[in-house]
Amino acid sequence: MYSYSNFDADFVRNRVAEFRGQVERRIDGSLTEDEFKPLRLMNGLYLQLHAYMLRVAVPYGTLNGRQMRQLAYIAETWDKGYGHFTTRQNIQFNWPKLQDVPDILDALADVGMHAIQTSGNCIRNVTADHFAGAAADEIEDPRPTAELIRQWSTDHPEFAYLPRKFKVAVTGSPNDRAVTKAHDIGLRMVRNDAGEPGYEVVIGGGLGRTPMIGKVVRDFLPKADLLAYLEAILQVYNLSGRRDNKYKARIKILVHETGLDELRARIEEVFSRQQRLLGEVDPGIVARIDAGFTPPVWDTRPAPEAPVLDAGLRSFIDTNVVAHKQPQYGIVSVSIKPIGGTPGDATSAQMRVLADLAERYSHDELRISHEQNVILPHVHRADIPAVYAELRMAGLATANIGLVSDIIACPGMDYCALATARSIPIAQQISESFADLDAQRDIGPLKIKISGCINACGHHHVGHIGILGLDRAGVENYQITLGGDGTETATIGSRTGPGFAYDEIVPAVERLIEAYLDLREGPEEAFLATYRRLGLEPFKAALYGVEERADAA
Amino acid sequence: MTQVIDKTGFVADEWPEDGVELPFDALWTGQDLPIDQPLAVRFDIFANPENLAPWFDKVDMVVLPFGTSADGRGFSLARQLRQLGYTGLIRAQGHILVDQFRAALRVGIDQVAISDEQAQRNPEEQWQSVSLSEGYQTRLFAAE
Ligand code: HEM
Ligand code: SF4
Repeated sequence: MYSYSNFDADFVRNRVAEFRGQVERRIDGSLTEDEFKPLRLMNGLYLQLHAYMLRVAVPYGTLNGRQMRQLAYIAETWDKGYGHFTTRQNIQFNWPKLQDVPDILDALADVGMHAIQTSGNCIRNVTADHFAGAAADEIEDPRPTAELIRQWSTDHPEFAYLPRKFKVAVTGSPNDRAVTKAHDIGLRMVRNDAGEPGYEVVIGGGLGRTPMIGKVVRDFLPKADLLAYLEAILQVYNLSGRRDNKYKARIKILVHETGLDELRARIEEVFSRQQRLLGEVDPGIVARIDAGFTPPVWDTRPAPEAPVLDAGLRSFIDTNVVAHKQPQYGIVSVSIKPIGGTPGDATSAQMRVLADLAERYSHDELRISHEQNVILPHVHRADIPAVYAELRMAGLATANIGLVSDIIACPGMDYCALATARSIPIAQQISESFADLDAQRDIGPLKIKISGCINACGHHHVGHIGILGLDRAGVENYQITLGGDGTETATIGSRTGPGFAYDEIVPAVERLIEAYLDLREGPEEAFLATYRRLGLEPFKAALYGVEERADAA
Repeated sequence: MTQVIDKTGFVADEWPEDGVELPFDALWTGQDLPIDQPLAVRFDIFANPENLAPWFDKVDMVVLPFGTSADGRGFSLARQLRQLGYTGLIRAQGHILVDQFRAALRVGIDQVAISDEQAQRNPEEQWQSVSLSEGYQTRLFAAE
């Protein structure tokens, strides 16, 4: 894993010291809340419905055991004993006290972590495929690229006051697990015809109130040109992005209003200048980053061949374990979505169990996925039974990855000041109504995603079933979208029609799933495939009842 | 009145009395340029630095407007001017936070000019205590 250089460590410590001074000035009153606001946001500290919220970056989703233990310690010492994993590979603490935040940041710095640029109109925490370095289908590990971008974007003097926040995601696999097409910049690692490594660059994706799928601005960007090209995109955006209306300030709107071809021409022009002037990225730094991601020394014991007899273990393996690039290994996803629980909430005790399992069985690596789960990326297949047994004891063995109860939900009305409706209780009720895991497996792969307002933190636009909670004259109302997809075949879901009241939405989802079970050609046809084959109509009929039309034969 | 600040702290405004300050557009509309006196150009936030390039060696100071602290366009304009080869003085004028000072210096701005009212709220020590340590970008592009 990448470990901090002296430069990284000094940088982070200086930032904590600086923030400690600012907090002191805020508490003694020499800074007003208005003056303090941009300063705290730069350090990931939000003011929420009930308290401050601290958002900590897990760069490209990778953690080691020591770091996870420190998150557990922070949750227990300065919060209520749990943390919340988010869809942007961050962890949020919902109840810190202002005067404790500098100590929390110091505790993070002790293990090479920080909360820098997790909010504000700057380049945010860079996310990457959570199976990076492990996935069987990977062309190249995206994390060295993500780390390079982290360094380049940290405290970038030109790009700290952009028109709006700016999110970058990287994937090294053809199967896009990082939702790159819903980011301001999505990078897909590819090879050209000559076999040289590079990137396909996508810009202008985003969710929120005007969801858009990103567009390819460059088919192939040689690897060495990455930062010069990013500088060009950011400079064009910084100068031309709209600043008159924050709802139109994302780069997706610039792409939409300017047109991709015109924007590409402007980017290429700035790029040719940047390429000439910036020079090469220091090869020593690149080598140090690459060295941080050399694969572990693999355990060469063969995978056990005996069939798995224990039914619980078997379904855990079927559902939560996927192929690793080393055939004797598996990638184990640990569901942070127990039936009826809050998606993404993990207690300190659970974090410690995860840290411990990572150290003993996963080459000391953990990942946070944008689906709010935790991953043990490198588990030898012979160790899976032991891992499963310990997860079970910690209440972490729910075998529901990718199934109907593996729901993404934003904090919604329970925590968020912007919310127009509750989202966590909806997730809990759906998960309870499909509590039987065998029935869930029969339903098959299904992504339900829930947001508590139009900002779409819960990614509802790219859910196979998306749920958006709104406020209609003081009453919660939930809109459904169908057919969204966040992978390489990214699609924004289509609205079914009028929304549903709080007590109608879970039965509505049940009707959708019953309709799917009736309509599918067989168990191999997943919900999304059935939807694509048949379209919206049969599902609308299930939701709203069949309308008798005069012209129907 | 304004207070001029550079990396040493509060300094007197050394722009000479007889200096001529013109808006950017004036260059293009053919206004006569001073022959002997120094020339400053008040830049427009929408303008393209490339369009100033023909006059780079005649201009002694570019004044960049900073409207609100959230508007980061001035940082890009300064950096572009430097990248295009402008070597004269760059002054950032308007609303610049102490916390933006280091970034301003790093993109090639030489001095900022803030209102006297702001100078009272943000006294000299605050500006002087801004750390001018090297940033990630300087390290990455050792050649820049
Ligand atoms: C609770 C406090 C939160 C607040 C106040 C908040 C606020 C916002 C706002 C205003 C946007 C829309 C930005 C835009 O479209 O320009 C947004 C987008 C987003 N937020 Fe949050 N958020 C919060 C929590 C979260 C959490 C917990 C997650 C992860 C589970 C999250 C992940 C995202 C994502 C992925 C987007 C993507 C939309 C996009 O980039 O287009 N946010 N958030
Ligand atoms: S989608 Fe809305 S309610 Fe949910 S976290 Fe984001 S801003 Fe808050």
